[in-house]
Parts: sequence; C-alpha cells; structure tokens
Amino acid sequence: MNLNVFGSLLGKLSFRYLPHDPITVSGAIMMVLVPIALVVFLTVTKRWKWLYKEWLTTLDPKRIGVMYIVVAVAMGLRGLSDVILVRTQQAISVGNSHGILSASHFQQIVSAHGTIMIFFVAMGLMFGMINMIVPLQIGARDVAFPFLNATSFWLFFAGMVLINISLVIGDFSATGWLAYPPLSELKYSPTVGVDYWIWSLEIAGAGSLLSGINFLVTILKKRVKGMSLMKMPMFCWGVLGSMSLVAFAFPILTITLILLSLDRTLGTHFFTAGGGGNMMMYVNLIWAWGHPEVYILILPAFGVFSEIVSTYARKKLFGYTSMVWAIWSIVVLSFIVWLHHFFTMGAGSDVNGFFGIMTMIIAVPTGVKLFNWLFTLYKGKLNFKTPLYWFIGFAIIFTIGGMAGVLMAVPPIDFQLHNSLFLIAHFHMMIVSGVLFGDFAAIVYWLPKFTGFKLNERLGRYSFWLWLVGFLMAFLPLYVLGFMGATRRLDHYSASLGWQPLFIVAAIGVVFIIGGVVMMFVQLGYSIWTRKKHLAGSDPWDGRTLEWSLPTPIPFYNFARLPHVTSKDPFWYLKHRGGHKIAQGEYEPIEIPKNTPLAMVIAAGAFIFGFSIVWHIWWLAPIGLLTSIVTIIVRSMDEHPNFVLSASEVKQLDEKYGSAA
Amino acid sequence: MSSLTSENIDILVSQHQPENATLKNYVIGFVSSIVLTMSAYLLAYYHAGGRGLLFGLLAVLALIQFSVQLIFFLHVGKEFSPRLKLIVTLFMMLVVLIIVGGSLWIMYNLNHRVMPSTKQMVQYMNREDNL
Amino acid sequence: MSDLVPSAQVDVKEVNRLIERNDEDNTTIFGFWVYLMTDCVLFGSLFAVFTVLRNNTFGGPGGAVLFSLPYALIETLSLLTSSFTCGLAVLSAQRKSKKQTVFWFVVTFLLGATFLGLELTEFHKFIAGGNSWHRSGFLSSYFALVGTHGLHITIGLIWIAVMTGFILKRGINGLTMKRIRMLSLFWHFLDVVWIFIFTIVYLFGALHA
Repeated sequence: MNLNVFGSLLGKLSFRYLPHDPITVSGAIMMVLVPIALVVFLTVTKRWKWLYKEWLTTLDPKRIGVMYIVVAVAMGLRGLSDVILVRTQQAISVGNSHGILSASHFQQIVSAHGTIMIFFVAMGLMFGMINMIVPLQIGARDVAFPFLNATSFWLFFAGMVLINISLVIGDFSATGWLAYPPLSELKYSPTVGVDYWIWSLEIAGAGSLLSGINFLVTILKKRVKGMSLMKMPMFCWGVLGSMSLVAFAFPILTITLILLSLDRTLGTHFFTAGGGGNMMMYVNLIWAWGHPEVYILILPAFGVFSEIVSTYARKKLFGYTSMVWAIWSIVVLSFIVWLHHFFTMGAGSDVNGFFGIMTMIIAVPTGVKLFNWLFTLYKGKLNFKTPLYWFIGFAIIFTIGGMAGVLMAVPPIDFQLHNSLFLIAHFHMMIVSGVLFGDFAAIVYWLPKFTGFKLNERLGRYSFWLWLVGFLMAFLPLYVLGFMGATRRLDHYSASLGWQPLFIVAAIGVVFIIGGVVMMFVQLGYSIWTRKKHLAGSDPWDGRTLEWSLPTPIPFYNFARLPHVTSKDPFWYLKHRGGHKIAQGEYEPIEIPKNTPLAMVIAAGAFIFGFSIVWHIWWLAPIGLLTSIVTIIVRSMDEHPNFVLSASEVKQLDEKYGSAA
Repeated sequence: MSSLTSENIDILVSQHQPENATLKNYVIGFVSSIVLTMSAYLLAYYHAGGRGLLFGLLAVLALIQFSVQLIFFLHVGKEFSPRLKLIVTLFMMLVVLIIVGGSLWIMYNLNHRVMPSTKQMVQYMNREDNL
Repeated sequence: MSDLVPSAQVDVKEVNRLIERNDEDNTTIFGFWVYLMTDCVLFGSLFAVFTVLRNNTFGGPGGAVLFSLPYALIETLSLLTSSFTCGLAVLSAQRKSKKQTVFWFVVTFLLGATFLGLELTEFHKFIAGGNSWHRSGFLSSYFALVGTHGLHITIGLIWIAVMTGFILKRGINGLTMKRIRMLSLFWHFLDVVWIFIFTIVYLFGALHA
C-alpha cells in the first residue's frame, strides 16, 4: 500500500501532468480562461438564475437542441484550431525543418481533431437539429421521454468536459481517433490520454444511445393522428433510420471501449499483443460500430436536403417511396460493409470480396437519393436561397468523394490506398459535404422559425463560396498526395518526395475555410444587428411541413390544438388547395414536464466516475456511480413530474402567442 | 347491448394492452424451459453422440428455449398491429446475427491465415531448420 | 365490441383518458423493450468476443477443466425458477393482490440472490486458483461475459428491492403496474441471455475437452 495518503487519495493525479510546452500551455490557458470568462460574464450580468431556470434545468427539446448546437459550435472551433496546427505542420515540416509540433504532440492533435469533430461536433449538431425539429414535424408536443432526453444531453456534455479537461491536466490520446491496440494498450500508451478518450466517449456514447432509443420511440409512437409512416416528412424518415442505427450500433462501441479500458486498468487480455489477446478483434468490433456511425451522421443530413430541395423547388419530393426504401437499404447494408475499413488486415479473398461487393452496393441507394433530389429540382420554380447553394455544393463534392469510395471498395486498389491521404480526402468529402453542409443548410432554413428573422443572404453566399473553394483546395491535393504515397498522420517527410507544394496548397485551402467560418459568424452577427429589416414571420419559405404552421416564436407546448393531417406536406396543401384547417377541435388540457436539475446530477455522477477511473482515484469512482444511481431512484419516486395546463389556459396562451395557421 | 360499467372499461382498456400474461402461459414456458435445459444438460454431461452432432443439438435446444421464453415469458408477437415490438425484435436478431456471425467469419479467416497456433509455428520452424 | 357502445351512464371522456393513459404506458414499455433489444446487441458483442477468444488459453486451463456442469445447472435452475416466480408476481399484481405480489417478488429476489451468490463463489474459486482474468484471453472474455450478466442481475436485484418497497408504500396502481411490467421484462430478458451463456460457455465448454 502506498503510505503517502495524499498520493493515494488522488490516484495518479499530480502537478507534473500539467502542460509544459508553449502550444499546449496556450491551449490549456484557453480551456481555463473561457469558462472563467463565462462565469464572470454571467455573474456581472446577473444571469445565473435565468440560465438555471430557462436552460440548464429545461426538459423542452427545443431548448435542449439549442444547447447541443452551442456545445457543438464551440467544439467545432476547437476542432478547427487543431486543423490549423496540422496543416501548418505538414506544410512546413519538410527535410531539415521539423515544424512547430513535436511528433507526439502532432499525433495528439490529429487524434483530438478526429474525435472531437465526429463525437462532439457532427453528433452534437445532429442531435441538436433532431431535438428542435422532429417533434414539430410529427405534430407532437414533446419527445417520448423528456427526462431521458435531458439526461442524454447532459451525458454528452459531461463527455465533452472530460475530453477537454485533458488539455489542462494529463494529455490527449495520441493513437488516432479510433485508438487501435496494441498501440492504445497500457504498455505502449502509458499516460492517461487513452483513458480520457475511452471514458469521454463512453459517457457521451451512453447519451447518444439513450437519445437513439428516445427518438426511435418518439417517431414510432408520438406521431399525430393521421400521419401514417408513409406521410411523414423525409427528414423524420432519415432520423428514424439514423436512430435505429444508433440504438443497434452504439452498444458495440460501449462494449469495445469497456474491454479496452479493462485491458488498461485491470490487466485483462482482450486486445493485448500477448496473454492470449487478439488485437484484430478490436479493429473488427470498432468498425462494426464505426461504419453504421457514418450513416448515423449522414441520414439526418440527407433528410435535411430532402426538405430543402422540395421546399425551395416548390414541388413535392420526387420519388418519396424510393427515398424511404433507399434509407432502409442503407440502414441494413451499413451493417454489412465494415470490413472495408481493414481489407489489408489479412482476410482471405472470399471475405474481402464479399465486403467489397457490399460496399459497392451501398452506393446504389445513395445514388437513388441523389437522382431523386435532382429530379425534384428539375422544372421546379426555384427559390434560389443559400440552402440550395449548400445543396449543390454537397451534390458535387459528395459525388466526387463517393466515387473515390467506390474505387477503394475494390480490395486490390484499397491495398494501394489504405491509410493514405487519398482515404483522408475521401471521407472528409463525404462527412464535411454530407453532414456539415447539410447542417449549415439546415441552420439557414430553420433558424427563422425559432428566431423570427432570416439570415443575410449575401453574406451567406460569400461564406458558401469561401467554404467551397477552400474545401476543394484543401482536399483535392490530398487525393494526389495519396496516390504519391503520402500516408495519414505524417508529422514530417523528406523534401525529395516533392510533396511540399501540394501540402502548401492544402494549407491555403484551410485559410479559405477559416474565412468561410468567420463569414458565418459575421453573417449571424449582422443578421441579428439588422434583424428588424428581414423579419421572417412564421412561414418565410412557403414551407410544406407542420413546423411552419406554428406561430414564431414557437410556444413551449408546440401545438395548442393538435394538427389535422391527411396527406404528405399537410401545410402546403392547406395553403394552396384550401380545404381543411390544420388545427381543429376543442382545446384540451396539456401535460408539460416540470423543469428539473436531476438530469444534470446524473451526468455529473457519470463525469465523476469517468474522471476518477482515468486517474485511478478508486475511492471517488463508487461515489460518482452511486450519485447517478440514487438520483435515478429519486427521480422514479416522483409521482408528479408534470404540470397540467387546463384547456382554458391553453386557449388563453394560444390567443396570446397567435394561433397556428 | 350492455352499458359501459367500470368492469367493461377495464376490459376495454386491457384490450389495448399488448401483453397477455396468464398463468397458463407462464406454466407452459416454465415447464418446457426446464425440460429443454435438462435435456441439453444431460446430452452434454454424458457426451451423447458425436461432437459435431452434439454441438448442433445443443444449439437447436438453446434456440427452441429462446423462442419459448420469448413467446411465453416476454409475450413477443402477441401485440396488435402495427407489430412494432416484433419488428424491433427481428431487427435486433438480424443485427446480432450479422455482428456475431460476421465477426466469427472474419476472425477465424484471419486467425487461419495470419495467426498460426504455437503448434503450427513449431512445425514451420522445424521445416525451416530442415531446409 | 358492439356490446361496448358507450351509453349515457359513463363518461366517454373518462374512457378516452384511460385508453390514452394506457397508450402512454405502452409507449414507455415499448421504449423499455427497445432498450432491452439494444442490450441484446451488447451481449451479442460479448458473445462474439468470447467465441473468438475461447481457444486463447495461453497455456492456462480451458473451459472443460474449469467449469463444473452440475454447478452451472443449479445456477440455471435457480435463475429459471426466479423468472417463473417473477411471472407469478406480475399475475398477482394484475389481480391487484398487494400481499401476493410482494411475496413473489421476495421469492424472486432470494432466488436471484442465490444465483448471484453461486456466480460470485465460482468467480472466487477461479481467482483463488490463480485463474483470474489476468491469466488468458479466454478467461478475460469469460469474466467479461458472465460478469456483465451478473452486473445486470445485480441491477435487477436492486430494482426488485426498490420496487417491493414502492409497492408496500403506494400499493398497486397504474404507475406501479407499469413498472412491474417493465421489471418483469428485464428479469425474463436476463433469463433469456443466460440460456445462451449456459449453452455456449458451459455446455460447449465441456465439449471442448
């Protein structure tokens, strides 16, 4: 036993794990200063009570959605700053120059970029969007399990805090975004970086899993009467597909990470190089989750594009049924392609051949969707707003990236391109154009519904063009570099290879992208400044789906009277063909969940648990776990978690807010 | 036509209940599970039959017991349309089949090709020595 | 249902409210069911790991040496019986018999605790004999798979205990009934997972000799 009481109380934690080199120190200072600045700001402006009552304890999915997006945007900026370092390093670290980062620090930054962009930016934006839009589109007043929904968000938040603490104390995992063993085993990564990575993803992943179940049930069970599945907006179909994948793929991630953590903390032999472990099993399992994960991110974005294309073309979506079938083909096929991430691991030609062919097949439903969007635009009365620009940018880049993907689905070709920059270019083209452009388009499209004003079009177009040019400049050279043999995660290369000019072009591309990001903030700021000039009303784009039938700002109970749905695009037909009223019948009492801080407490317990396992603070871990469990039991004892608005109160509020169309 | 009494309301409500837990169901489920468990146990304990056959038999018995418990204890397939519970269950089975089956296929293929057993390694090394 | 046409005697709104409440309960139970299905995928992954690592004994003992089939059978029978008594508790609750419900939950708890005790004793025996999870990939995967099931059983036992207290305090009403149904699903589900552990870990393990 360690006699040093202080030492054993704090586990492995000690001051020597504070950062030392200038870049890490500045990162750490940022991570300390930003929260301090926030606290000071909130105290000076006396907003603590407001923050707590209106936001932190809320169970309203619209507000939870906003919180997701705020976190995701903040993390996006961190991910972007990682990119700047990576691109700078690769542009100048040639020959005798070794750039600005040490090799191990470079690996940490690359790992941080991947982890944060996927888990905290792409997932955060997606869940934020789903929270805000899905209940409105299906005519529901809430999600199926409001408290669970808040818990999911706070778990996501706890995971985010945990991974960012690693900047201040300890280090980041230097093992890539998926931490392959044996490198990620204790023997080769003895510091806490990998543990931070594991427990951050474990906690955030638990949140995602619960969210997945929640929205799956919400869409299946909470649709308004009359909206059969085949009358749902396409966004909801995309979300339904995506959430099915979340529910059935995330358990695999949970188990894989737990097993890796057991290897590191309890000395088991799942993935170790010796002792009867099998590191290839890790690669197999992580991709059995990892490939569906890609489609988890992209399916809701596909849904966004479906909504946007049909709204701005003022036409009903072309090939609705084929879209639905395409989504479900993708859902099932995404579970049987995972081996294409490790063709080179040594499986036989029968195995590689099967997964290669499946990978090519999964491109077919995606192609169906793309053609459907184009046919929707065809002969439409186009209302050419920024979201359509993002769609067209997506369509072009996604097709280039997709064809590169089909190329790599051929195992012999993959043997040449595996782990090269060609792959990096491919998946960035898929994820950035698919997911991020989709989210950008969604923000321009739906923001007026929540804020009451539109974003400035001209600045939005500037941002789009900066993004498009920057993006192509940053990634087209990587295809070429991949062919020339440049592998991913290189912190240094020889001058004789002749790669430097292309890396410089890629770095300049990032400058353009930064310009695009800055332009987005300018656009947002300017639009808020001049918001009185472009007020949006409740239906700025001549919308088709139920959310546009609501008054802006949307009341907390969403629908005072439930809408009456008999067809697809019910709001469009109401406006253009007349006939039925969207909201009919008498006012009824509405049950609304009360605000509660308990979701936050559960996540805080999970955070304490994760943090103490990372640092081996064994006395604290059970306290964290117990906090969560006891809070769950306390919550289950509350027999009156809701308050009721009586029918007359609803009527009053409805008259005050302005009734639905 | 009878009027709606409180009993009738109970009936009406219970018809919206997807599960029909009855003593009969539980007894059938319990007794057949015991029988299936015991037969699997005895087969394995006495090593009855060839190994391949035995593996097959035990697997089949497990699957039968799985279905029995799914139907009689977990009431799968007894809900009204749309049979969401059944659909979700079948989807789960598909995913588990893919994950477990796929992993085994991939990993045995890999082991066979790149992870020789100690015995095989000794054989290879001996062969090298003899060359 | 032609004989159930509402008449003036009953409040139609009340009936609708009851049906709606019931639909809401069914939504909760459906959500819980989806969670159980995701848990099946979790166990599926553990089964995949176990099956892949089962021969990686790294010079240590394999399943045929370690496992005692009669012992595993007793574990199985106690869990199976507890599943049955859990069903009896649900039936008692449907009859609104508070006493019987509590009685059968106590029996279920005791059987479940017996199972857990047997499992922990087995773990202790292996670890004391130098065959802990450190020993080999096979034993790591054995402890992970069976241990995860045991962890679920532990959660189930806590739930049964809390539930029993809840029933004693509040009686059997709509809320407790909904939770009893979810608890019974959870408990039966653990029994279903155990069928596969019994077959794949213990019975197949014995055949590998």
